[in-house]
Amino acid sequence: MSEMTYRQALNETLRTELKRDENVYLIGEEIGVFEGSYKITAGLLKEFGARRVVDTPIAEEGFTGVAIGSAMLGLRPVVEIMTINFSLIAIDQIVNHAAKMRAMFGGEVSVPIVIRTPGGGGQQLAATHSQNLEVWYAHIPGLKVVAPSNPADAKALLTASIRDDDPVLFLENLGLYNLKGEVPDGEQVGEIGKAKIARPGTDLTVISYSRGVVTALEVAEQFAAEGISIEVVDLCSLRPLDRDTFCASVRKTSRAVIFEDDLLSYGIGAEISATLGEAVFDWLDAPIRRVAAAEVPLPYAKPLELAAMPDGAALAKVIRETLAASGFTTGTAEGARNV
Amino acid sequence: MTDTKSPTRAKATAKQSGESAKLLREFYEQMVLIREFELRAGEMYAKARIGGYCHLNLGEEATVVGLTAALKPTDYLYTTYRDHGYALARGMEPGAVMAELFGKSTGVVGGRGGSMHMFDLAKRMMGGYGIVGGQIPPATGAAFAIQYRSKAGKDSEAVMCLLGDGTTNIGAFHESLNLAGLWDLPIVYVIMNNRLGMGTTVENASAEPDLYKRGSAYRIEGRRIDGDDPIAVRDAALEALEKARVKRRPSIIEAMSYRLKGHSVVDPARYRSKEDVELAQANDPVPAFRNRLLKAKALTEKDVDAIHMKVDEIVDAAVSFAETSPDPSPSELFERIYATPVANMPHSFPGDPVAVSA
Repeated sequence: MSEMTYRQALNETLRTELKRDENVYLIGEEIGVFEGSYKITAGLLKEFGARRVVDTPIAEEGFTGVAIGSAMLGLRPVVEIMTINFSLIAIDQIVNHAAKMRAMFGGEVSVPIVIRTPGGGGQQLAATHSQNLEVWYAHIPGLKVVAPSNPADAKALLTASIRDDDPVLFLENLGLYNLKGEVPDGEQVGEIGKAKIARPGTDLTVISYSRGVVTALEVAEQFAAEGISIEVVDLCSLRPLDRDTFCASVRKTSRAVIFEDDLLSYGIGAEISATLGEAVFDWLDAPIRRVAAAEVPLPYAKPLELAAMPDGAALAKVIRETLAASGFTTGTAEGARNV
Repeated sequence: MTDTKSPTRAKATAKQSGESAKLLREFYEQMVLIREFELRAGEMYAKARIGGYCHLNLGEEATVVGLTAALKPTDYLYTTYRDHGYALARGMEPGAVMAELFGKSTGVVGGRGGSMHMFDLAKRMMGGYGIVGGQIPPATGAAFAIQYRSKAGKDSEAVMCLLGDGTTNIGAFHESLNLAGLWDLPIVYVIMNNRLGMGTTVENASAEPDLYKRGSAYRIEGRRIDGDDPIAVRDAALEALEKARVKRRPSIIEAMSYRLKGHSVVDPARYRSKEDVELAQANDPVPAFRNRLLKAKALTEKDVDAIHMKVDEIVDAAVSFAETSPDPSPSELFERIYATPVANMPHSFPGDPVAVSA
């Protein structure tokens, strides 16, 4: 085990995979000489040279498509799109091409490409640079979408994504890059399509992914002090979606709150909520609640930005309301009490 | 504009071009195969055997045959959605191509793609693409992969990427040209200029209607050729491919042609004048090439009859193969989508309960 940041975990994984497989190369804007807008690729140009670490002009559609074409011939590009907002410029290549080629061409070709891109608000970057567009990609068959929440999973899932023969959207979050955590040494290959119990509990399930899991774990810790046991499910993958894990959790706790950075309507939480409503209706003791971003283009001014983004306070409030709605009482040392 | 459509064009005779009579007969046979295949595809569409969109190569046979003749088996070809002729000329089985149009399990991609998405990795037919210009960045990426993996030289692989005249106005075209020029990629972009993007003329769509010049901002050389002359097309393509292999420089070829029919099978093409249609028919490349070979005595009337009989048999056989082939089974709906199986892959049909294990 070594302690490192999410950024370091990504950097080391890229280095390891570049060393392991000659077909792996990195491509994107400012990833070489500039060492990455968020320094994820620091040192890699120097170590591997311009053939393996390819700086591109500003041309998201062009270089993403180039990566896709090179993957059709067996290379394994890892594309960095500077932020998920700019992926919209490349979306024709991602959605109409990378996602479709294998099926549309009868399984004759695969597109082993990874697109790494960070989303997330909270940096006062205003409306066009603060979006969480994961649901745009999670909606599309033919893609795989992962959104790890901690350095260890970042390493394991990036390794798995690079070795996977299908197009994978690897979603990062600007707010996670400096997050520290223990990372197992040696080769770690994560399992795409599987969720995890990030914290076991018995009274209520919080389902989240990416940065939301960090907040959910903090909130769960606060509730533990009150004797309330919150289970946190980390989705890890958004496509395929591991319905079994969160449904099993909610069957156990009978209460569910979904905490997501994206927008409420048609969001990740909407899909989870619909699944729970259909699959575990009989187990539910309270309505399923969602905590998501306010539906506005994210403003610049800090008080407005904060007001729009889901945070721990909003999550804690909704957890309390959900517990109350089901007449939940704790059995602590001081005796049962209403929450 | 350079006039490549004048009646004096393509005066080079078979003798002058120095081609063997055998090769010229093969060219003619391929052109006839594409012509007859496409006419039959149109009939089958009218009989509702073929669904969806159906864009035919009618009038473009000379370009298709000339371009594919210049490719080595190791070269990669990316095309537009008007791709049946390229599939045939690249050596894909006519029966499997027709079966794909019919949506049968024996189709080239098992009925998953249809008219617009012919694909055969072994033949390096890297696909017909339905989003206009969507093939250009991936084709450029194939050239990137060649550059990444191998050295320049006469035996190098190369990429040919087809696009239509209207496509020269999209961003992906310009981004790709910039990357190919910047990185010295081994690719030939062939602009099939049939003078109409659906119903919009080149002059109404492109501020620089001399499309072969559109690479100049990226220092990519371009030339305009007569797309109705398969020999001229082949020679231009050979030269551009050689430059891609040896110098690793991209090129543009603008092949001038004209659709004999509408944009797709269902388009009556009312936007064309009577004069335009008459000119197209007068310039029809298939009879023009036949007459040229007859005149040069590279072909006899007897050869012509034999070729047409042979092609009729091939196309008849393709149709009956397609007719008698089985439909793909809905039980295979979730197959061939992902290459690496992972947990929780979707497999629910409409109306199934949400897939959760108890």
